[in-house]
Amino acid sequence: MKKIVFQILVLSGIMISISSCTKELDENILGSLELEFENLYDGQRLVLNSQTYKNAMGEEHTVSQFDYFISNIKLTKENGEVFIVPQKESYFIVKHNDPASQKFTISGIPQGKYTNIKYLIGVDSMRNTMDVSERTGALDVGGAAQGMYWSWNSGYIFLKMEGTSPAAPLNQTTGQRGFRFHIGGFGGLNSKTINNIKEITLTAEDPFTVKENKTPHAHIFVDASKVMNGKTNVSIATNHTTMFNPFSVNVADNYTAMFKLDHFH
Amino acid sequence: MKSYFIIALSFLLFSCLTEDSEEFKFTLPSHFPQPEYDFSKNKITKEGFELGRKLFYDGILSRDGSVSCGSCHIQSSAFTHHGHDVSHGIDDLLGDRNTPAVMNVAWSPTLFWDGGVHDLDLFAISPIENPVEMDDKLSNVLDKLRGHKDYPNLFKKAFGSSEITTDHFLKALSQFQLRLISANSRYDQFLLGDQNILNQEEKNGLKLFEKNCATCHAGVLFTDFSFRNNGIKHFGDLGRARITLQEEDEYKFKVPSLRNVAITAPFMHDGRFYSLEAVLNHYIDQITPSKNLDPLLKNKINLSESDKKSIISFLQTLTDKEFITNRQFSEQ
Repeated sequence: MKKIVFQILVLSGIMISISSCTKELDENILGSLELEFENLYDGQRLVLNSQTYKNAMGEEHTVSQFDYFISNIKLTKENGEVFIVPQKESYFIVKHNDPASQKFTISGIPQGKYTNIKYLIGVDSMRNTMDVSERTGALDVGGAAQGMYWSWNSGYIFLKMEGTSPAAPLNQTTGQRGFRFHIGGFGGLNSKTINNIKEITLTAEDPFTVKENKTPHAHIFVDASKVMNGKTNVSIATNHTTMFNPFSVNVADNYTAMFKLDHFH
Repeated sequence: MKSYFIIALSFLLFSCLTEDSEEFKFTLPSHFPQPEYDFSKNKITKEGFELGRKLFYDGILSRDGSVSCGSCHIQSSAFTHHGHDVSHGIDDLLGDRNTPAVMNVAWSPTLFWDGGVHDLDLFAISPIENPVEMDDKLSNVLDKLRGHKDYPNLFKKAFGSSEITTDHFLKALSQFQLRLISANSRYDQFLLGDQNILNQEEKNGLKLFEKNCATCHAGVLFTDFSFRNNGIKHFGDLGRARITLQEEDEYKFKVPSLRNVAITAPFMHDGRFYSLEAVLNHYIDQITPSKNLDPLLKNKINLSESDKKSIISFLQTLTDKEFITNRQFSEQ
């Protein structure tokens, strides 16, 4: 009997200390999370223009541009609670030629232990159809989103990869052999069409703690080679210009696999 | 003496101003349906309209300053590029479609022949950035306006801030275009009660039109805004399917309004028909069966020579002289 009482005492002691632990992370106190997107190609930092790469089809190519939208970020706690980053602060364009764009901080996050980071590659259909006054920051079609928007078929370009390859046909005007992947398509406003909005879920090996005075830094590796390699190995020779067309769905499917939550620091 | 002069002058100014705002009064035509455009998000003001007009006629919107909106949308032709099958842009490059009329756009649920743009406020980016039209970048155009001696002040007058944003730029252009309303043709006067304004042949034409054409060219706007394959020979332009990527939309183009049709030749999305006779002849005996041909056109439209003449007489009553001569809409 005494033993049982002792065990209960020990157990309640543990429980008290657990609850006091969670108490330390008062949800009403807010912290931040820094996200860093580091673009790689085959395990090495992506180098624009000067580096030659080879895709799964054996086609040599360079990359001259690699930009994509990250939006609608959600964080999931250990206990399943989800923190949704407020819409207005949840749109970012990562541009490979602009290092500052590859790191950004999400603030206003309730303290706690988190396990998942979710986000869209692209822009949700709401923001694709919203009044122009709502399109500020990364969504400003006459500002940050210049080049990431189709004006003739109203909608954002979610991911843009361009480069040159001997496998691409010669453009008589520019004298270049270029390829262009401009992937977008939010599903259409009144009529159905392709939807290339993709949600990515990254799970941390160990939960990460967001605290008022401690901002975790999530280092996400982005393997640009996955745009062409994956479920569908894309041939530059046949699909050198993949924009708003049915084949783009394959490219979007491929690049859902390019993100990896590598480590925290 | 001097003070008398000032008082007189201020009276003069005051009366000018009131007269101006009287003139500026913006009311939607009573015989038109509810507009599609949400005016609550962009209240039209005199200053906003005038800024929009200045932008519409300013080549600063193009890469080399040579092309303005007004270059291809000419008022005397109901804001079309009269006589040109497809639009001519910068460096005399050719587009691939016929310039549509900028007219009654407040009622249009989509813009372009293929309906690719769903919001007038997002429309202007397309011609500005199209390499064969104005070939600039919106961000660059905004920068040029920010560095201009007049525009920051004009934006301040129109929107209360001299900061030139994407939003205010596009909405100023919308304000001008939204006022380009054509609702005062002879046919409108007939609709509004003046029974004698149309002659007998025009009235016959109206009857024939209602029987044979008005399913698609419906209502007071003369379009149901649907996308249809009207049986012309197709040469690769997939039309609506460019936007939806759906096979069932291949070769469909938006039914255009017929207001001011007599002054907006050539016709069809590629401007292939240079006269209304040619258009009617097409519907009478040149329908070419192809994928998604509109079911309404599977049976021939039977019209005699005199029927054709009557219909064309009626279509001419849709010309709105006030619209094409209104100084408010012209380059100042």
